[in-house]
Amino acid sequence: MLNRLVRWARKKSPWILHLNSGACNACDIEVVAALTPRFDVERLGVLLKATPRHADVIVATGPVTRQIKDRIIRIYEQTPDPKFVVAVGACAMSGCVYRGAYNSLGGLDQVIPVTAYVPGCPARPDAILDGIVKLLGTL
Amino acid sequence: MKFNIPIGPQHPALKEPISLRMTVEGEVIRDADLRLGYNHRGMEKLAEEKNWTQNIYLVERICGICSHSHATCYVQGVEKLMEIEPPKRGLYIRYLVSELERVHSHLLWLGVAGHEAGFDSFFMYTWRDREVVMDLLEMISGNRVHYAMNTLGGVRRDLDEIQIKKILDGLVVLRQRTEYYFKIGASEPTFVGRLAGVGYLSKEKAIALCACGPTARASGITADVRKDDPQAVYDEVPFDVCTADSCDVLGRTVVRIKELMESYKICEFLLRNLPAGDIAVKAPKKAKPNEVVSRYEAPRGENIHYIRSNGTERPERLKVRAPTLANYPATIEMLKNGFIADIPLIFAAIDPCICCAERTVELVNARSGEETVVRFGDLRKLAGERFAKSPVKRNAVWPF
Ligand code: SF4
Repeated sequence: MLNRLVRWARKKSPWILHLNSGACNACDIEVVAALTPRFDVERLGVLLKATPRHADVIVATGPVTRQIKDRIIRIYEQTPDPKFVVAVGACAMSGCVYRGAYNSLGGLDQVIPVTAYVPGCPARPDAILDGIVKLLGTL
Repeated sequence: MKFNIPIGPQHPALKEPISLRMTVEGEVIRDADLRLGYNHRGMEKLAEEKNWTQNIYLVERICGICSHSHATCYVQGVEKLMEIEPPKRGLYIRYLVSELERVHSHLLWLGVAGHEAGFDSFFMYTWRDREVVMDLLEMISGNRVHYAMNTLGGVRRDLDEIQIKKILDGLVVLRQRTEYYFKIGASEPTFVGRLAGVGYLSKEKAIALCACGPTARASGITADVRKDDPQAVYDEVPFDVCTADSCDVLGRTVVRIKELMESYKICEFLLRNLPAGDIAVKAPKKAKPNEVVSRYEAPRGENIHYIRSNGTERPERLKVRAPTLANYPATIEMLKNGFIADIPLIFAAIDPCICCAERTVELVNARSGEETVVRFGDLRKLAGERFAKSPVKRNAVWPF
């Protein structure tokens, strides 16, 4: 019973954490754009949180630079279970143009497990929305 | 009693990830120190492995907000190296996109400034209006953020009559909205009071520390690459360089709103006088050994690319100096003698990355060595409380 309630709550109100792992900012502004009036994810109960300890879903962008790697792992560990990671943008999927650069690891899944990928360079806000909704659908 | 506050680098408030150490006394910042190099991706090295055309798309991805600025700065330079002259129509379209990008960037910034000042409805307003220009850019280029409009020797997409009309219509809406922001500034004493006097940077200091872009112009310096060293079309276009002399965050806001109006003017001029003809010429594969410095006025300030070629189809060296980097020393100056609660606002005022939502400030108590982590959200709350208690600066007026 309690589990059902928790699952319902989780589905209806996923709190997201926005994580930049060396992205070019385009994906990040699209994530923010998804929060503003045109797309307004808040109407779906999605709330942007500033700390990993409150978050259910990590929305991560960027190809993961060497410097930021340990911090990403730390943030992932700080997020309470069950947690989901959405990799937004071609960078987070595979490194995009930065693939092969000496300081980028080429994708988020090199470092932490990823649940959903949203393609695009940058991914459109509606695509990000779709990604999160699809992810919730699997719960 | 002094405290040390490290800020970042985990999710710094600045565009290029960075770590700041501050020494504070009570609530007043006495000194600040910068550490760079976080989030370094190795792009300049990567550029040496790609050919001239591939690099356009690489430099475009240096920054997502001024992507067209980097790409334009780069192609300007390479075109000089290759000694090719893009056709007029191509140039007009290229700089039209530049100006539209400036509009989107400044609207974005206004929203962020509102957000950091605790004026969230302003944030929602500007970001809603920003969608208008995003739609225009998407219509022109096919993508919302990375437009990929530039190519060596011109642009990749042409404009037709219907598009021109749509852009002109869009500009009318945007102009109305911007005028409305003017009015908000004039009729919101709390907003003006929050911004006035924060992050002071005197004119002499701004010159000495080589500030650029709106940060410098808000300190009364008329420096604008578009006027000082006009590339391509800018010497044909009538526009003014916008300055303010209040030297604070209020001035920076005013400069950006004024620049929005100028950008609309420039866009309209470019559209009305769009010459007929080709949009691009064919570029050679290789560039003769030479070197070039290319300057460009990005929304945040002067962007410089240094490119050296060695006769092959790849650059030998590509060096990028982004405007935010030029503004770091000035930021330190602004932070000094400011309040902890003003950090977000001062950061935001040089137009850094707004999207790093997870920003933390660590407060280290120098005496006990105890550390507390303060989130930016809490900082903002702190700022709100501080200003709720302090009387609104009644002498602060919207300078129009
Ligand atoms: S996927 Fe593209 S837009 Fe997104 S961060 Fe990477 S380079 Fe930038």
